[in-house]
Amino acid sequence: MSAEVLILVALGSPCLGALGVALTGRHPNLRESMTLLAALSTFVCVSLLIGQVAGGARPRLELVQLFPSASLAFELEPLGMLYAGVAAGLWIPTSLYAIGYMRGHHEINQTRFFVCFALSIFGALGIAFSANLVTLFLFYEFLTLATYPLVTHAGTEKARNAGRIYLGILISTSVGFLLLAILATGYFTGTFEFRPGGILDGKVSTGLGTLLLGLYAFGIGKAALMPFHRWLPAAMVAPTPVSALLHAVAVVKAGVFSVLKVVVYVFGAEYLASTGISVWLMYVAAATILIASIVALRKDNLKARLAYSTVSQLAYIVLGAALATSAGIVGAAMHIAMHAVGKITLFFCAGAIMVASHKTEVSELNGIGRRMPWTMGAFLVASLSIIGLPPLGGAWSKWFLALGAAEGHQYVLIAVLMISSLLSIGYLMPVVARAFFVAPVEGTSAGESDHGHDPARDTGLKEAPALCVVPLCVTAAGCIALFFLAPKLHSMLLPLATGAVPRVADFAARQLP
Amino acid sequence: MTQLVPLQVVIPLLAAPICLLLRDRRYAYVFSLAVVWATFAVSVALLGQVLGSGPLSYAMGGWAPPFGIEYRVDTLNAFVLLIVAGIAAVVLPAGVGPGSRAAQDGREYIFYTAFLLCLAGLLGVTITGDAFNVFVFLEISSLASYVLVSLGDDRRAFVAAFSYLIVGTIGGTFILIGIGLAYQMTGTLNMEDLAARLPLVTDQRTTRVAFAFLTIGIAIKLAVFPLHQWLPNAYSQAPAVVSAFLSATGTKVAYYLLVRFVFTIFGAGFVFGALHLDAILMPLSIAAMFLGSIAAIYQTDLKRLLAYSSIAQVGYMTLGLSMASIDGLTGGIVHLFNHALMKGGLFLVVACVAERLHSTRLVDLRGLGRRMPITTAAFVIGGLGLIGVPGTAGFVSKWYLVLGALERDSILLAFLILLSSLLAVVYLWRIVELAYFQAPDADAAPIREASSSLIPACVLIAATLYFGIFTEWSAGVARSAAIWLMGGPV
Repeated sequence: MSAEVLILVALGSPCLGALGVALTGRHPNLRESMTLLAALSTFVCVSLLIGQVAGGARPRLELVQLFPSASLAFELEPLGMLYAGVAAGLWIPTSLYAIGYMRGHHEINQTRFFVCFALSIFGALGIAFSANLVTLFLFYEFLTLATYPLVTHAGTEKARNAGRIYLGILISTSVGFLLLAILATGYFTGTFEFRPGGILDGKVSTGLGTLLLGLYAFGIGKAALMPFHRWLPAAMVAPTPVSALLHAVAVVKAGVFSVLKVVVYVFGAEYLASTGISVWLMYVAAATILIASIVALRKDNLKARLAYSTVSQLAYIVLGAALATSAGIVGAAMHIAMHAVGKITLFFCAGAIMVASHKTEVSELNGIGRRMPWTMGAFLVASLSIIGLPPLGGAWSKWFLALGAAEGHQYVLIAVLMISSLLSIGYLMPVVARAFFVAPVEGTSAGESDHGHDPARDTGLKEAPALCVVPLCVTAAGCIALFFLAPKLHSMLLPLATGAVPRVADFAARQLP
Repeated sequence: MTQLVPLQVVIPLLAAPICLLLRDRRYAYVFSLAVVWATFAVSVALLGQVLGSGPLSYAMGGWAPPFGIEYRVDTLNAFVLLIVAGIAAVVLPAGVGPGSRAAQDGREYIFYTAFLLCLAGLLGVTITGDAFNVFVFLEISSLASYVLVSLGDDRRAFVAAFSYLIVGTIGGTFILIGIGLAYQMTGTLNMEDLAARLPLVTDQRTTRVAFAFLTIGIAIKLAVFPLHQWLPNAYSQAPAVVSAFLSATGTKVAYYLLVRFVFTIFGAGFVFGALHLDAILMPLSIAAMFLGSIAAIYQTDLKRLLAYSSIAQVGYMTLGLSMASIDGLTGGIVHLFNHALMKGGLFLVVACVAERLHSTRLVDLRGLGRRMPITTAAFVIGGLGLIGVPGTAGFVSKWYLVLGALERDSILLAFLILLSSLLAVVYLWRIVELAYFQAPDADAAPIREASSSLIPACVLIAATLYFGIFTEWSAGVARSAAIWLMGGPV
């Protein structure tokens, strides 16, 4: 199949999947197979496309002329394919997990859930493939609206209020800042296209450039840069599979991906590095990293803790983008994949714990590792990846980010990265330690006295359903696999650093023999 | 094929009295349906001709202009004709609705007659090339619309119709005075002649007063803030179908008139260069955008909410006009089209709701998402259009307006446009939360989707999605009209 057809099939699969789910809503098994079929077909298409793009192809597909200077168009490039690959690849385990979770939890409105889920993937892929700012914005807003019913799935007062915060922040930042930035970019440069090396250089003054960067950085609210991060913890009211896929992968990564894409293809690394207009953004990102980590330390609710950890980890990517050095950009792009796989595992684990033993607070998890060894083992692996230890994927992205900070001579930021790693040990390791090394408190903690088990049997296995446990083990294994796949990722992502300092040729020669 | 030009007005005008004679509900319905569709077909043909071969002119009764009345169709008014006739063609199949006074008395034919008269009036205002003829048709459409408003569900509609009549008459009188003064200065009523002669006398006070009377008179009809007071009452008391028709056509034709008088008759140089209309109109437009939306947030009735939202939306259109640039004017004109679709569609959704719930109060909408899923979904999509979410027609309008603001080097103005659209999120989401997050009353009877108004509502709402993606036609025509108005090549 030609690349154009593959793009259409990749985008069409989730759409048709959503339609299929909606039509087969009365037959749960058939409905779930629709989701899986769509996920598989999407994944196959995206994988094939990744192969082509890694080989240097840049397929392009124009659909409709929206405005005289902007069309609805897709053009594939390495960064977008990375994000698309992450979203499509993780959709399969998440679908399996969601089926196990939603059934195990006896959730209502499952058809609506799976429809919106597929539509969200469609939105994410649209963002990943977009050839210009207008297409990106269109899918960005679509993703916000498609995920709203997922976030408010429970339909309770609490869900409604969370939905208000979610929609309120995401819509107002995107319409108020992002759209303004996009239109201003188009007005001053005469184009909305993403181009390697950027389009702004020489077209705007430094002051205006700084203003635009600010509008982009805060306007892309999905990147959860402080102070526009409140929607992310609020959205944790959603069912866990939603938190897992959308708030570890699709939605938040859509945000940081957009930031990175704008930096690389609108501003251009060279322009940012030569004018220094992004220095303030580095410090905003650094502050977000530290503050969110400290907040995470203080959260007892496991999902809330993971949410703040996400806020902190997303700021790594913004930091890498703001550095605009070769290693910074490559590291930031890599971190999209590394963090996604790690964080989705952690969310899966949190959900599995909830399904198996109805625990949501960290302080209730004493000794749970003996009953859920697979789950908590995966939690440990993913935590180490988030912290950034080898042989796990997270090690590479942190390495490159630190290197990027050094290249940019921002030594304070290296310290920030190190402190943040320590902080992430501080908020993730206690969970593992409690689970494995603290004895369960009789009858209150891991014991299920209300179910009438005698204490002796509490040490027995009580994992979540297999549909929950297998996906989380797979993604945990993915954290390890990514460590060894890093050179491939690195060579695919190198074109992003065109124009950044140090020059790609020197940079590539120095790294990863 | 200039013979089509008079038919545009003559068909509905002559059909109206026939409709009155038919009496029978079904005959009147089928007959008026055939008439509006024929009218629509004529408007499509006219636009096609104008786009293909340039403006058309027709001398009424064979009296050559400037002595006789000239009907003149160019890109701008062909576009408006199409909108007015198109909206009528979609709205009328919904019928008057069972709640209205006409249906209660079994005199639906009054509704159809008034509807056709109103349509004929609006089309006449748009198509004519004669300033006095504008006034005549304006009065025909206004009188018919007073009747339409008074057909509302309860007696409050009489009060609303009466106050609408008072204000509307003042507006009409102002326009007449303005036309009279312009005639006094130039000795002609033909618009092309006026356009040629008025620039010679722009330094005269009488000319300026003429312009002032005309602008204020039109502004009343257009409901420009702060002359909007008549609109919320009229729209909220009229039958929902009437609100749909009037909101999508009445203010649009008034906007067209304003554009026509400002740009092609008095001339942008005089209006903006000498009189600085933008210095007044722009702040008023921004005030309308914000205050209209804020007022909408506090409404407790769906129709009133939409009516206040209309005031804000008129603000966007007049803002585009006050920018006096190609992009700004494109935004204003394309918003005329897009808003007609969105607000017409939304009021038709309200007609669906009113048909089944016999109420349009917000509290009665609780749990509507489950009781009338298609209707509610249509409302949400229409509302997203009002916000200006990309992929809907509203986005296209905002796009050009913001570009127009940037062209004036005003990032602040661009920001204000975007900020004001966020207010629409607030009033839309109040309804979303009521419809989807709250359970209906325990004693609420199960209801079905509405019968006659659902399909027209869905057609208009689907059109807002279509014209959000495929903008080549809507924005393209608006743009070529704007370029022509700004004095560029056609």
